[in-house]
Amino acid sequence: MTFVWEELKKKKISYLFIIVPFLLFAVFVIFPVIASFFLSFTDYNVFSAPKFVGFDNYKKIIFEDTRFRKAMLNTIIYVVGVVPIGVVLAVVLAVLIDQKIRFKNFFKCVLFLPTVTSIVASSVMWRWLFAGEKYGLINYYIVMKLGFKPIDWLMSTTWTLPAIMIMSVWSGLGYNVILFSAGLQTIPFTMYEAAEVDGAGFWHKFRHITIPLLKPTIVFVTIMSCIFSFQVFEQIYVMTGATSGQIGGVLDCALVGVPYLYDMAFNKYQYGYASALAYVLFFFVLLLTVINQKFVQSKVEY
Amino acid sequence: MVVGGKRFSVTMMVIYIALALATFTMLLPYYWMVITSIKPQEEIQTYPPKFYVEKPTIQPYKELLALIPMGRYIINSVFICICIVIFNIFACSLAGYAFAKHKFFGKNAVFLLFLSSLMIPWQVNIIPSFLMISSFGWLNTFKGLIIPTLGWSAFGIFLNRQFIYSIPDDLIDAARIDGCNELQIYWNVILPLIKPVMATLAIFTFIQQWNNLVWPLVIISERSMKTVPVALAVLSSQTSSNFGMLMAAAVIATTPVLIVFLLFQKYIIKGIALTGLKG
Repeated sequence: MTFVWEELKKKKISYLFIIVPFLLFAVFVIFPVIASFFLSFTDYNVFSAPKFVGFDNYKKIIFEDTRFRKAMLNTIIYVVGVVPIGVVLAVVLAVLIDQKIRFKNFFKCVLFLPTVTSIVASSVMWRWLFAGEKYGLINYYIVMKLGFKPIDWLMSTTWTLPAIMIMSVWSGLGYNVILFSAGLQTIPFTMYEAAEVDGAGFWHKFRHITIPLLKPTIVFVTIMSCIFSFQVFEQIYVMTGATSGQIGGVLDCALVGVPYLYDMAFNKYQYGYASALAYVLFFFVLLLTVINQKFVQSKVEY
Repeated sequence: MVVGGKRFSVTMMVIYIALALATFTMLLPYYWMVITSIKPQEEIQTYPPKFYVEKPTIQPYKELLALIPMGRYIINSVFICICIVIFNIFACSLAGYAFAKHKFFGKNAVFLLFLSSLMIPWQVNIIPSFLMISSFGWLNTFKGLIIPTLGWSAFGIFLNRQFIYSIPDDLIDAARIDGCNELQIYWNVILPLIKPVMATLAIFTFIQQWNNLVWPLVIISERSMKTVPVALAVLSSQTSSNFGMLMAAAVIATTPVLIVFLLFQKYIIKGIALTGLKG
């Protein structure tokens, strides 16, 4: 009898230990996720109560919404541009830092600085670097030195998205370098020694040992980068909202998925429609996550 | 993979040049931000742009402080960060301890539920969260800024649970035999052992919250309640020519995290390498 009482008391304390985080989690994470799902089937704005409309929002998003189509197209351009460049540069830099060099830690820290800097501050810095005419550093020292006319980066429909992509690669690089550095540590040193005995040079070792053995990390980082990039928001918000006064820039030239959702919800007050957008975007993120799980499970053995 | 030995080689030179170039690209935006923030207006608009200042000035900072209450925003941000950090390290370790070492009904289900939230992007629940906070009357309040954020503690709990799991049961049993109750075990046995995890979690939470834009952006409209990132974003949207002042604001927004990073960079880089946690 005392044993049962002891057990109960012990369990009570266990529940007490988790109750506060759990309640907050239930109220502010679980409940909104479910509520959002129900909202996505309604027509709801600040002026009227939610009205059930079935799959209308989803139909409209998939078949009619040209702004959504533009946003998805831009998202794809953004992901396809940022992810491969970011991953390739990070692999190269991680391998370089992994050599017998001095100041290893210094290089790692420098590369990592942008990751701890808020995207808002980074966007503000880059807005100034991308300033139009001849006052912008990039225009004067790169574009004009190469013999082109200065580009009005953040006001031009062609160049806004590429400018933001450049900034995003800069911003996310250090994080990937750290992950790849950790991945490189797991490659046994004896592998390289064996290759050296066989007379392999830098390139051979890189091509036939580093890359194959780093493949699990490369796959992981690539998919994680896809997930992050797919949901890019802050740099778009700051770098376009600030220059054109409208999220997504002139003629939606840099409008991507999440900023579009934000615009619909908090500027246009279409809560129902924006919730449906959220679930459509969430679907793609989940898809990427599932792919990630599949790949992570099939890790290469060596 | 390692090339070259102590001997100077062409390969090593190429490596150093490449890394120097990367370092230059990484640091240039910071340098340009700082240098612009201490340039007088005439020098900002000179052509070609100059990499040094002739007459350094603090005029942009003065203009900034005259225009917006930056001091107040820093206090707001620091206060929010501290509240969330304290909650996260204690609540997460307490829950992590229960999940790691206790047996109770529904433990695994609840833990999995927590874990699944790591996959939920903010955009899926921001609309109902906003409507809920608005109906509570919590818009433009610290409550509204802090309490909903505490719901996202899954990662901290996970991290603590993994770490506490590796603490030997014998240690806990010994304390129990000595007459410690569960809270005493947590305080006297577990806490001293998980200091590194708490430090890592505290640093990451601080950086994350200091940089957090979206949630404050959505629920704060009152001037005095803004946080540093929101103030910077708003200032940026209103600035088309006074870049000196904008850069001064960016310097103020970046400096605290850079200090935290430089002080704790070992923890941070190790933490990321181990967990894939994003700053």
